[in-house]
Amino acid sequence: MKIKLIDISHGRSGDKGDAANVGIIAYDDKGYEIIKKHLTINRVKKHFEGICFGEVERFEMPNIRAINFLLHNTLGGGGTVSLKYDAQGKTLAAALLRMEIEV
Amino acid sequence: MKEKIRIASGQGFWGDLVDAPYTQVTAGDVDYLVMDYLAEVTMSILQKQKNKNPKLGYARDIPELMKRILPICIEKKIKIITNGGGVNPEACAEAIFEVAKNLSIKNLRIAVVLGDNIKDSLEEIISSGCELNNMETGESIIKVKDNLLSANVYFGAMPIVESLRRGADIVITGRTTDTGLTLAPMIYEFDWKEDNYDLLSAGTIAGHILECGGQASGGNFLGDWQSVPNLAQIGFPIAEAYPNGEIIITKHESLGGKVSYETVAEQLVYEIGNPKKYITPDCVADFTTAHLEEIAHNRVKVFGISGSEATEFYKVSCSYSNGYSSFGSLTYSWPNALTKAKAADKILRERLQNLNLKFDEIRTEFVGYNACHGPLATEIDEDKINEVMLRIGVRGTDYDSIERFGKEIAPLILTGPPSVTGFAGGRPKPSEVVAYWPALIPKKLVQPEVKILELKNEN
Repeated sequence: MKIKLIDISHGRSGDKGDAANVGIIAYDDKGYEIIKKHLTINRVKKHFEGICFGEVERFEMPNIRAINFLLHNTLGGGGTVSLKYDAQGKTLAAALLRMEIEV
Repeated sequence: MKEKIRIASGQGFWGDLVDAPYTQVTAGDVDYLVMDYLAEVTMSILQKQKNKNPKLGYARDIPELMKRILPICIEKKIKIITNGGGVNPEACAEAIFEVAKNLSIKNLRIAVVLGDNIKDSLEEIISSGCELNNMETGESIIKVKDNLLSANVYFGAMPIVESLRRGADIVITGRTTDTGLTLAPMIYEFDWKEDNYDLLSAGTIAGHILECGGQASGGNFLGDWQSVPNLAQIGFPIAEAYPNGEIIITKHESLGGKVSYETVAEQLVYEIGNPKKYITPDCVADFTTAHLEEIAHNRVKVFGISGSEATEFYKVSCSYSNGYSSFGSLTYSWPNALTKAKAADKILRERLQNLNLKFDEIRTEFVGYNACHGPLATEIDEDKINEVMLRIGVRGTDYDSIERFGKEIAPLILTGPPSVTGFAGGRPKPSEVVAYWPALIPKKLVQPEVKILELKNEN
């Protein structure tokens, strides 16, 4: 069965220099197991192809059933230099939640 | 010792809801009002204002705000802590004294925290062997030294704690960590020791939750956002802190918004890197130890936090001038809105090329189609889309090229694809690009200085 990440999780994103931070939070323990399994560095890097041009770092936060990603080289040079409409990566959490997962 | 204190967030950035600090001190009981005014780019703007007028360089919203809240804060004994002093905390304090005199306030003690501005001592710092290497690229600051606009050290909670110990009613700082503003009153009121890193981390995480104002109480909430009541009158978050390091995030009940497990969790993950190592001048907080529990309606307990010793460095935030940028936009309507916008982009780029203009980057986005999610945007049925906004930005070091770009947007209306509108406000002008240079400096090279200023009854 295919599900959308947005059905089992929410999150928030923002900027850290030229990197974007995307934190994804599962609504329950079952959801956390799913995102832990499917949201691998490779899968996230592939998802953000054409958006993230650098390394992807991944950090688990079991205390709130979350995974935090740092997407390097993503914001067109960072907040003040960037020509991007979304120069601070505010909409990137929603962009990751578009992902479809086979469960 | 008080059994608890209530710290209210009044401002998440300079430009946030003007009335939020007022509602925070009037809609219920609080002991402290903390306000964050400084984004990274703000310091360079303030430095420019100060260069033009030595009495400026702080958040100019503050005196206006004080007219409304100072009498209330004095009566209710609410202390105010803000980093809105920018590059001129003393001038900010003087402006507040002016307001106080006009309100016939007799006694007021303001502490200013100085010493964070290292722009004028940069040569000395560099010659001592600290080249303020860029944390992201590793390059020495010498590369951009001549274009430097501002250079400020992030101080933590301790200078604010000293200010409170010396009896300040209001604390005005320059560059201070957002988290330090909230942590400081806890250290002061509960006499937390400087090496009790678990407690310092608890206060730091409370500060992180408060530092973006309404983002912890239902604003920008990606969960069930439609369930958040009355965002029009959103109540900013309040941290109720206890001596044992337990924190309850809440808000005034009469105001709108929502404090839930989910709204607080979203703010916890906001703009963090490695959650195990959230580095501040006060401690290294471990965000993976912060547990949340919704204990009542609009009350979320944050507990179990641990952390470790701070590093030997302060973070330095420098800004420098790095060329110019300009943006133009036009809106195309049905039919074939996207096709038209794409054609206009092609024509414009061809003209820019024929003019031999020099840019470091040209970027085109189609608002209404792919400006937010880029290649992830799903294909659209052009018959069903009503309009698309073409948005083009250019950036470079050649001022004339950037200026000329601004003259090429409006002509597209009469010389490009049809059904186009949205050109108002004249030709886009080049604006200076202020780039940001993050670095570290050994703590021993800079000293925060607390200065007490007093308004005394002259009668």
